[in-house]
Amino acid sequence: MSSAGTTPLLRVTNLKVAYPIRSSLLQRKIGENVAVDDVTFDINPGETVGLVGESGSGKSTVARAVIGLVKSDGGRIEFEGNDITRHSPRQLKPVRREMQMVFQDPYASLNPRLTVRDLIAEAWRVHSDVVPRDRWTAEVKELMERVGLNPDYSDRYPHQFSGGQRQRIGIARALALRPKLIICDEPVSALDVSVQAQVLNLLDDLQDDLGLAYLFISHDLSVVEHLCDRVLVLHHGVVAEEGSAREVFDHPRDDYTRALLAAVPVARPWLEPSS
Amino acid sequence: MTAAAPVLAVNATMRRARRARRGVKTRIIAPLVVIGLIIVGAIAVPIAFAFDPLQADLLARLAPPGAVMSDGSTALLGTDQIGSDLFAQIMAGARVSLLVGVATLAISGLVGVALGLLAGHFGGWIDATLMRVADIQLAFPSILLAILIASVLGQGVGNIIIVLSISNWVVFARVARSQVLSLKNREYVEAARTLGAGNWHLMFRTLLPGCMAPVIVVATTQFAQVILTEASLSFLGVGVPLGTPSLGSTIFNGTQYLSTAWWISTLPGVVLVILMLAFGILGDALRDKYDPTLRSA
Repeated sequence: MSSAGTTPLLRVTNLKVAYPIRSSLLQRKIGENVAVDDVTFDINPGETVGLVGESGSGKSTVARAVIGLVKSDGGRIEFEGNDITRHSPRQLKPVRREMQMVFQDPYASLNPRLTVRDLIAEAWRVHSDVVPRDRWTAEVKELMERVGLNPDYSDRYPHQFSGGQRQRIGIARALALRPKLIICDEPVSALDVSVQAQVLNLLDDLQDDLGLAYLFISHDLSVVEHLCDRVLVLHHGVVAEEGSAREVFDHPRDDYTRALLAAVPVARPWLEPSS
Repeated sequence: MTAAAPVLAVNATMRRARRARRGVKTRIIAPLVVIGLIIVGAIAVPIAFAFDPLQADLLARLAPPGAVMSDGSTALLGTDQIGSDLFAQIMAGARVSLLVGVATLAISGLVGVALGLLAGHFGGWIDATLMRVADIQLAFPSILLAILIASVLGQGVGNIIIVLSISNWVVFARVARSQVLSLKNREYVEAARTLGAGNWHLMFRTLLPGCMAPVIVVATTQFAQVILTEASLSFLGVGVPLGTPSLGSTIFNGTQYLSTAWWISTLPGVVLVILMLAFGILGDALRDKYDPTLRSA
């Protein structure tokens, strides 16, 4: 699917992640729970790839393996052609600059004891060469403006913001390192429907302005349809179907995808031709 | 009826939580005032009285509280068996108690929290080793350990602080560790991880601030414990050296005179009780204020 000659931004080949089952007494491994098996996909620069499936299908595990929060048990993860599968946290540090994450729960993913300024600047504290310290305040305000927050609120704490505003803070934090890829792990599922649309539009605008690529994880198919170029449907940790968003939504080939699509609630069922 | 039962249960929980929160402010301020008075007294009184614990004035010995001395001054709380003023002696003793308490908490708190962070953050064999050491420490009665160490190292205020620090770090380590364990899988800690934060950053910038509230609560209650242990050690004669007034040693000195001069043992004991009560109430109030389970209700 990647155009000839260019390497994809992210290439995941045959990814497998299994959680060990340990005996209660000696903590010996007595089995494993395979969360993700044989998942393969590419993400090109500026592209949005959706990952859908029911809860427990391994969507989040894929994201966490890609960003290095869980270890993979097989397969390869390449970022811009470099194999990062077996990288230690120290080796991963330069890659983190290019790849950031927006978390599901905006209430849990922001440290309650840091101000917005410190939350966003934390990235620059870790990567000291991105923004010089005397530019932090100005850059924080710029980022806040960019994600639609009032820059005068930079000294406030997360609990003083609404859910949608918090998620904007989370997005600003992810943008702070100027990444090329942002992994969005159900970024709007904890938000009100009206706020969901605002945040999705923000993500869309940022993609247009900054040329970001997204790995977008969601169980909400309408969200994925709205945003994604390509879609992978995960079922019990394996890819049930893969294709462009149009293909998958209009002509689902797999039974599971069809079941998933049929489960989407319809706003005005009496207007639907069938049933 | 069936629907009302859970509602009632919820109401009861909320009532309990509200009752626990009621008056938290008074319960914080009142002990703070008492502790503040004792601190001021401990610093100022021995200086104002030009108190010298080794000076004997045998003519003035065993005077009851309120007695007028030969030089015309009043011994507010009486005098002891060598004629030194009991009020000044008690305040000098409180000074030693507070000094030992603060120094012990500073040392055991720093060491304990640092080791707890290490154990909680890294887990694995570091955690296993540190926590087994802590278990062994806890299985050993702390006063016995203190007597053992004091008899090896000898007497002295510095040694008491070391002894008490050794038997107190475990509490801080356990509290910090359990707090880290509950925090380390929160999304905001993972967010710091995905930024590329190293262990140092994660431990001290991300996890430590979240551990502080319970650590402060524990520190307050431990303070009372430390003061009592110091007094016990001094009472048993393995605490402060002779000539250093301590609440414990003053109580011990008075035991021989209990039938004739009750005030020598009783009054420092009363001060000790007041000091411990103040810290106990303060600790309880702080726990009510910061305990998240009560707060959420």
